[in-house]
Amino acid sequence: MAENLLTLSGVHTHIGPYHILQGVDLAVPEGGVTVLLGRNGAGKTTTLRTIMGLWTASQGGIRFGDHVITKLSTPEISRRGIALVPEDMGIFTDLTVAENMILAAANGPMDPKRLAWIKELFPPIGNFWNSSAGTLSGGQKQMLSVARAIIEPRRLILIDEPTKGLAPAIIKAMTDALKELKETDTTILLVEQNFAMASSIGDTVAVMDDGRIIHSGRMDELVADVALQEKLMGLSLEAHQ
Amino acid sequence: MSETAIKPRIEKIPLKEQLAQKLPVLLVPVLAAVGLIAIGNPASWLTLTVAGLAMGMMIFIMASGLTVVFGLMDVINFGHGAFVAVGAFVGFTVLAWLAGWTASPSVFMNLTAVLVAILAAMLVTGLLGLAFERVIVMPVYGEHLKQILVTMGGLIVAQQMIYVVWGPDELHMSRPEALQGSLVIGEAAIEKYRLVAVGIGLALFLGMRHILKNTKIGLLVRAGVENGEMVEALGYRVRRLFLIVFMTGSALAGLGGVMWGLYQETITAHMGSEIMVLVFIVVIIGGLGSVEGCFIGAMLVGLLANYTAFLAPKVALISTIALMVAVLMWRPQGLYPVVKAK
Repeated sequence: MAENLLTLSGVHTHIGPYHILQGVDLAVPEGGVTVLLGRNGAGKTTTLRTIMGLWTASQGGIRFGDHVITKLSTPEISRRGIALVPEDMGIFTDLTVAENMILAAANGPMDPKRLAWIKELFPPIGNFWNSSAGTLSGGQKQMLSVARAIIEPRRLILIDEPTKGLAPAIIKAMTDALKELKETDTTILLVEQNFAMASSIGDTVAVMDDGRIIHSGRMDELVADVALQEKLMGLSLEAHQ
Repeated sequence: MSETAIKPRIEKIPLKEQLAQKLPVLLVPVLAAVGLIAIGNPASWLTLTVAGLAMGMMIFIMASGLTVVFGLMDVINFGHGAFVAVGAFVGFTVLAWLAGWTASPSVFMNLTAVLVAILAAMLVTGLLGLAFERVIVMPVYGEHLKQILVTMGGLIVAQQMIYVVWGPDELHMSRPEALQGSLVIGEAAIEKYRLVAVGIGLALFLGMRHILKNTKIGLLVRAGVENGEMVEALGYRVRRLFLIVFMTGSALAGLGGVMWGLYQETITAHMGSEIMVLVFIVVIIGGLGSVEGCFIGAMLVGLLANYTAFLAPKVALISTIALMVAVLMWRPQGLYPVVKAK
């Protein structure tokens, strides 16, 4: 297995009076897709937000590459090469698609080659370049959200439920795009409830429950073990299909 | 991803909704037209309209900073009036130093004196804004009740500081020679200073629009108003942006203070808190955080206050409140509500 790019060790996160993460231990190997599975309220989104510094870990440590990033601010974490595609997509609806992309290129003007690649990956980005982002459909907003995260080369992309509420055709398109992104050696930590989609692109998997990681291993092993799927998630891959 | 997988589609905004978006802009000419019919005399109407627009522009100058600060930082700054008053007093002092220039028959020297006074007031109030944000506002981000209390406290402290430096009496702030008197157009007499106020206000509005629409810092402000957390996740230090915006808003209040002081020709330590009633009404009418809404709201308040003062002086006292009530009944979030993802 490749060296770990991101490691969470005993991470606890409190939000107000709530103790959400209760000692998360998670390793994300470099260069692949790690899928974080779990039921609603298990702590998946909180894990991503804690990595990104949007919520501060009250205990434990987060290591990214050779550096501890636990106490860094969100902009500093972003500038070290981590991008977030949040569950609500975080699109600036008052801005155009182009303006959303310009802001996402925080380190300077957009690289034309990279932009061309993104427009090929997500055609609506080019088609609606000067349109208000607020007028895009749900699937197009999701594409814009992912496109923003990859307009500059990133070492790690945190993606929170990119297929939530999308039509099957859009889910397939999004899956294809993530597969292509995976080919560029970008490391992805993907939170996903759609196990069929997650298993088709995931290399490694971690399952969360009650604010802890209750299983981690290779995705192909979990796919092959129906009994384990039922034990961990209550449903098997067959039941999803 | 192939083109066939996703058919490009964009949600069309219905015509009714498109018109509804543009409707607030039409309110200003509609109010002016109603004013013309009610007043009857075109000369009086022209004088009142220019007076109303000038008043509106000055309120806009003071309110624009407040609305952006609220939109971006979610901070209710009751101390904003302090920057208006301090700006006016600094402007007064500078104009007193430059008495030779203001009394000169040269229009150039007169306007240069005003410009120097404005720049000095903006510099001082901008720096005061820096201290205000660091010392008073920063500890209470996200806590509205505490913000109201501590910023009102800051306002009182600033007013007392004005007493210490400039004394408790109201001061006479006379306009330079070139800005005194009126221009007579037909039968209408239009004060020269009001035309200058309209020019400065309009230039500021167009400048702010340009910065917000066409520069990266403008994009960051607009994006930050909607979702500051996401702006941080893209790698920008929103706190630093907050500070720049707060200082700019304070400096604009200082500019408004000089303009308002020259308009009223008397200044007091309480002038800021007195004008803040109108400023808050304008910010609420426009939609908290909206510069365009603030501009239209300021024009409506300025015109209505002048028309009603002429037509029914007793009604003038409640006209702006009535306008706010009417606008909020029509659009509870203001003329141009700002979408916030928070």
